[in-house]
Amino acid sequence: MNTIMQIENLKKNYGSVQAVDGLSFSIEEGICFGLLGPNGAGKTTTIEMMEGILAPSEGQVSFRGKKIDNHFKKKVGIQFQNTALPEFITVKETLELFRSLYPDPRSLDEVIEICSLSDIIDRDNRKLSGGQRQRMLLGLAIIPHPEIIFLDEPTTGLDPQARRNFWELIKRIKAEKTTVLLTTHYMEEAEILCDQIAIMDHGKLLEIDTPETLLENHFDGALVKIPHGGRTDLKLDGGVLSGDFLEITTNNLDRTMRDLLSSQLNLEGLSIKKPNMEDLFLKLTGSSLRS
Amino acid sequence: MKKFTALVYARTMEFVRDKGTFFWNLLFPVVLVVGFSFAFSGNDETMFKVGIVGNNTQLEDSFLDLKAIELIEYDENPALVLEKLRRHQIDMIIDFKKQSYYLNSESSSTEVLRSLGRSDLQNFNEQEISGEAIRYVDWLVPGIIGMNMLFSCMFGVGFVIVRYRKNGVLKRMKATPVSPFTFITAQMVSRFVIVLLTSILVFAGTNLFLHFVVNGSYLLLILLTIMAILSMISLGLIFAARLKSEELASGLMNLITFPMMIFSGVFFSLEGTPGIMQNASKIFPLTHFIEGARAVMIDGAGFTDVLPQFLVLGGMTVLFLLISSVFFRWE
Ligand SMILES: Nc1ncnc2c1ncn2[C@@H]1O[C@H](COP(=O)(O)OP(=O)(O)OP(=O)(O)O)[C@@H](O)[C@H]1O
Ligand SMILES: [Mg+2]
Repeated sequence: MNTIMQIENLKKNYGSVQAVDGLSFSIEEGICFGLLGPNGAGKTTTIEMMEGILAPSEGQVSFRGKKIDNHFKKKVGIQFQNTALPEFITVKETLELFRSLYPDPRSLDEVIEICSLSDIIDRDNRKLSGGQRQRMLLGLAIIPHPEIIFLDEPTTGLDPQARRNFWELIKRIKAEKTTVLLTTHYMEEAEILCDQIAIMDHGKLLEIDTPETLLENHFDGALVKIPHGGRTDLKLDGGVLSGDFLEITTNNLDRTMRDLLSSQLNLEGLSIKKPNMEDLFLKLTGSSLRS
Repeated sequence: MKKFTALVYARTMEFVRDKGTFFWNLLFPVVLVVGFSFAFSGNDETMFKVGIVGNNTQLEDSFLDLKAIELIEYDENPALVLEKLRRHQIDMIIDFKKQSYYLNSESSSTEVLRSLGRSDLQNFNEQEISGEAIRYVDWLVPGIIGMNMLFSCMFGVGFVIVRYRKNGVLKRMKATPVSPFTFITAQMVSRFVIVLLTSILVFAGTNLFLHFVVNGSYLLLILLTIMAILSMISLGLIFAARLKSEELASGLMNLITFPMMIFSGVFFSLEGTPGIMQNASKIFPLTHFIEGARAVMIDGAGFTDVLPQFLVLGGMTVLFLLISSVFFRWE
């Protein structure tokens, strides 16, 4: 496997705010790489430095072993977290506009087909729904036949059905051997789409690995969750308090259940599940809702 | 080139489809011109103004005593008095020193005055001169069109690019292989074509029923308009270079367009204002356009007469472009 992009000791500060604080990782060609972190972790700042939109305060971004330059812009597809589209022109006109900006653009029909844009092709950009808009923005991102595509929270604000449809689009792009760099707040999404996941917070990298290895390393066995009903003094092996719940990570479910029975806790509301990325995320960053 | 034309097309469509702005750009100047032409078309048809040069000793009890005739005595330079007749400010001159009377062949009152005075003026020579009437609206129209050009250039380039910067369109462009130079030039070309066409359209449209006096060449007028648009667009670009807030941009633009509107002589002549004001007004491109356009339209000035205006507008364009290219940032 070849490394397609690499960042080394990347830093960005806005005045006294250290948005990105010495980040290093590399991305293998052809994979889907997920960059996760709570609000304000520095994901957008990182991705925009990798795109060449923001100048790093310190550190290096390289594409296929070379520092990124203007030529690089012809080979990347970008979807920003927030973008306005030119007003008063239709989806088709916007696609045509962007096609004219690249040396070897994808054909209009292909873009329309991949992103299912045929229903909205003659609609004014301003009259698109959130999901239609995201499909259209993805369409713009795939126009250049990109070698790597950056998607910053592409599914935020979509309904569950639209999100699943979007996943299919991303899988299709992956199938073309395009490398994908994705940020998201949905752990389920990261688990389904990503081959490799980096979790960051406060501008620093916390973990980086495949989703399976990450889960293996942090959790063994199952996660048992039960309302503690005020019994905060209760001590059980592998148990931690989390809000109104007692959470027990265990690799010996039989013993844990016996312990619980003998503790006389009310078993109403008990749940047992295999830990997923969501749990890992919470464990690593402490919160998903910090802003 | 393909990039360039696509960008020009997108920007032009944005303007044409934005119905509000589109009609405002066309309608606003038309309404102003037509409105002013009515407001100032003082009805002096019932009254004939006759200029008297020298002492009226011979025409006692003549047609000059009629109620409909107003006598104005002049003892200034006869050439100036003739100029007044040529511009229809008076209808007839009786020169007792030269024993002649003068009429303007293009004035509607000439026939009436000639027959009224036929018997009384037997001993006088008739001299006929010709010249179209200069109305306030003839004088005003370059001002209004210039003002409209100014607004359209400043807001259409300056303000719109600030908005693009704020809402992320510029950032999206930065992420493509398009260079800032290509992008900005495309914006300028689109706006240039729009402003030139609307100006010509407004002029031609109002001309249909107001019949402006144009003594000089139309080609020269158009060239002057082109130079003016270039300088105004470049001025707008200075505002577009860095600002990120639409409010700040529009505030600053108003801060400079309003004085320009007042001190560039759109509505009233700067002649007779204090010298310092006249000199200060020279820093505005609009002043030079209006000056040049009036000279061509009213005085029939030729290229060499308005060369100074061309040079100043060209110089301003280069200066403004330099300033904005030094300061420009995508973000
Ligand atoms: N232009 C800016 N000026 C000042 N501070 C900024 C700027 N952009 C981002 N920041 C700060 O940098 C930090 C990282 O922001 P960033 O947008 O990268 O976070 P994020 O991980 O993308 O968050 P989210 O999930 O909410 O999109 C935040 O604390 C933010 O306030
Ligand atoms: Mg973000």
